[in-house]
Amino acid sequence: MAELNVDLVATDRKVWSGTARTVVAPSVEGEIGILADHQPLLAVLRPGKVTVRTDDGVAVEAQVDGGFVSVDENLVTIVVDEIEQV
Amino acid sequence: MAGGSQRIYKARIKSTQSLKKMFRAQELIAASRIGKARARTAAAAPYATAVTRAVSAVAAHASIDHPLTTERKQPTGRAAVFVVASDRGMAGSYSASIIRETERLIDQLQADGKEVRLYAAGRRAIAYYSFRGRDLAGEWSYGSDAPTAEVSDEIADTLLGAFLAPAEESGVDELHVVSTQFVNMVTQRPRVVRMLPLEIVEGVSVPGEGEAMPLYDFEPSPEAVLDALLPRYVRSRIFAVLLDAAASELAARQRAMHTATDNAEDLIRTYTRLANQARQADITQEISEIVSGADALASA
Repeated sequence: MAELNVDLVATDRKVWSGTARTVVAPSVEGEIGILADHQPLLAVLRPGKVTVRTDDGVAVEAQVDGGFVSVDENLVTIVVDEIEQV
Repeated sequence: MAGGSQRIYKARIKSTQSLKKMFRAQELIAASRIGKARARTAAAAPYATAVTRAVSAVAAHASIDHPLTTERKQPTGRAAVFVVASDRGMAGSYSASIIRETERLIDQLQADGKEVRLYAAGRRAIAYYSFRGRDLAGEWSYGSDAPTAEVSDEIADTLLGAFLAPAEESGVDELHVVSTQFVNMVTQRPRVVRMLPLEIVEGVSVPGEGEAMPLYDFEPSPEAVLDALLPRYVRSRIFAVLLDAAASELAARQRAMHTATDNAEDLIRTYTRLANQARQADITQEISEIVSGADALASA
């Protein structure tokens, strides 16, 4: 099964990068879950929790205060302003 | 007279030696910080790339018609200039060349009949303009050799605010940024960029013939996504400018301090020779005095 290539970047650094199974992000219209082969998406994020899961379990769980997420051909980029890892 | 000039030379050698130590220390500090500054530039790159890619995705999908990308319908005749100089000196001509470039830009804008509003970052630029009694619309001294994302956001928000403000609240038509571009360790170039209104050209991918444009789902809407993206795009550009300027400042300082150390060494060498000559002259004079004294006694 296809995997997601995830980049989680903050203003001044790259927070996490790797392949993942699912990504959950708090979009302004509600939580969105992203699996492989998701259709291209650009969503604005509201403050909330971003969770990235790999086969081995939760890889990143972080509190963010806004940003956006883009999905394009299994390349997921989560761009956040401020991030606090849980 | 004997010993007079020798003492002066000794004092000069001593003071030059202590200056040399300071120059050397500054050079080493700058050198050690450059690596960090460049690492920070590299660390900020993924964000900039991600934002640019997202902006071009929206640009490819919908026509970008946003206050940040369009000229004002009724121009206010005002232009904002944002100057990035250093907080400290000892960096050779770094701040001077930035200020010179800024003056040239201001002259040019004023020749076009525009009123210039100045925003300055770095104590050198602030001191230059406040000494000349010029009003600054905004000033930041933030530790110019290590800018943080917070300061950068504050600057970007102020500048965006000025650009988006209505005409009667002293809104500006355009924003120019004067900063230094880090080319490599020996070359840093002052650079003038018109940042606002935005021209999105870099990284915009145009799909080839017969190639389908990826159909993006925008949440909540293309306009709202653009609203969220463009300010971030500007912020990341400003941050990149500050980081680039920081690396340039450190490189300029390292080079200037290296030259200063070399010059101090040259001076010390010259003064040492002069001191030796003076000592020889004193000895020669003393010998000839003694000899002529002895001669005088012998002939008496």
